[in-house]
Amino acid sequence: MNGPARRRWVKAAGWGLALAPLALLAADALGRRLGANPIEAVLNRLGFWTLTFLTLSLVPTPLHRWTGLAWPLALRRLLGVTAFAYAALHFTWYLGVDQFFDLRVVAADVVKRPFITVGFAALLLLLPLAVTSTDGWVRRLGFARWKALHRLAYGAALLGLVHFAWRVKADRLKPTLFAAAVAALLLLRLRRRPT
Amino acid sequence: MARWRPDMKESEATPERLWLRRRDFLKLGAAGALGLAGLGRAAAGEPSGAALPVARRVALAGGETPTPWDDVTSYNNFYELGTDKADPAQRAGTLRPRPWTVTVDGEVKRPLTLDVDALIKRFPPEERLYRMRCVEAWSMVIPWDGFPLGDLLRQVEPTSRARFVAFQTLLDPVQLPGQRRAVLDWPYVEGLRIDEATHPLTLLAVGLYGRVLPGQNGAPLRLVVPWKYGFKGVKSIVRITLTERQPPTSWSRLAPSEYGFYGNVDPEVDHPRWSQARERRIGEFLKRKTLPFNGYPEVAPLYAGLDPRKLY
Repeated sequence: MNGPARRRWVKAAGWGLALAPLALLAADALGRRLGANPIEAVLNRLGFWTLTFLTLSLVPTPLHRWTGLAWPLALRRLLGVTAFAYAALHFTWYLGVDQFFDLRVVAADVVKRPFITVGFAALLLLLPLAVTSTDGWVRRLGFARWKALHRLAYGAALLGLVHFAWRVKADRLKPTLFAAAVAALLLLRLRRRPT
Repeated sequence: MARWRPDMKESEATPERLWLRRRDFLKLGAAGALGLAGLGRAAAGEPSGAALPVARRVALAGGETPTPWDDVTSYNNFYELGTDKADPAQRAGTLRPRPWTVTVDGEVKRPLTLDVDALIKRFPPEERLYRMRCVEAWSMVIPWDGFPLGDLLRQVEPTSRARFVAFQTLLDPVQLPGQRRAVLDWPYVEGLRIDEATHPLTLLAVGLYGRVLPGQNGAPLRLVVPWKYGFKGVKSIVRITLTERQPPTSWSRLAPSEYGFYGNVDPEVDHPRWSQARERRIGEFLKRKTLPFNGYPEVAPLYAGLDPRKLY
């Protein structure tokens, strides 16, 4: 397979990966497998996939650096935009379904509940990244500045982790696994390629 | 629907037949919302398991409809059987609730060790329809079968030193595999003041919907205190000890700033991380207002003179 053809395949696989959780969610909803509290189940799943894609979006850069493979880089933006899409769905579900547009309660939550404050901050950090995710914006900003701006993704990932960890009542296993993965991916960036 | 104007012709007005049905539109919206709330549930299953005869039925949930059996038995917080709410129903097979021995000891004149079926024979269960409010801001309406804890406590004759009642869940990582991971400090322990324990609303439940209590709901014997958050309802009890001092309780030991000894339902006192003002009744779309003492104001005299902010 030549370069462009492989790139197309990689992108198609990336789209499949991005949409699979939504398809699964739809299938579970139609099959009535979301349990006794489906509103909470959907909210938690969308949050889980936000964190998953945020973490996955940190993989291509070190993978490219350590292996020299070029195709992971073709996935980076797709994974990042997918993380934003799930974050936006997560927030929309919380606002429109869980709280049924009770804006007073939502505003109070964002201000008073630290775990919601940091989750909301993570969403706000992702917003400019999603807006400037197009080729046009890369050109307009210049690659160096674009890249600097998109380092906000690290901040969003860390805030997202805190959001999850502070939400959990006692079982910290899942937040710990996410934290370990993000920490490893960030540490890998500090080192140059092995010689 | 046409809006009224003084120069309106009869033909422009909304026909009376439609006018009378104007609220159906709202109902349709509500039905859609309910449909969404019901997305998660498969066709409602009938109660299952061995029948448990009940002497009488008392509805103490203000005329509210019971939450379906499937929801009550598939959405549980019982960390000893897994920390996801669907886990306990799937993993309850490891728990063997028969034979089962319960000990009542401590500051009592007649300590007691009894098989759970003998206990049920001695205290014939009745059905109590209670609201159940979880500290996580969801709620159910559950027909529990059981007997007042006070009836049992009177038989063991508490001494004058008995001021509290401590409860303990089975400690057995084979039957309760969740105990292999120290999510909480096992075994799960809970406690009540003795006047709370002997209040007529406080129940030891041995069944649900006229059936023997399923494992995921805390078989064979669990505590039900309807004006307190669900975490006070210690499951799979093996020991009840009357004490002079306030006993430790599992959640307040883990996070004392978030869970106190009392755990009384109070919409005015928030959990430090989320509001307790409203709750989602399982099966409903819109959240409802949480009631003080979960709608059991008759217990308020138990707390006269105490600061409600310390009763979380």
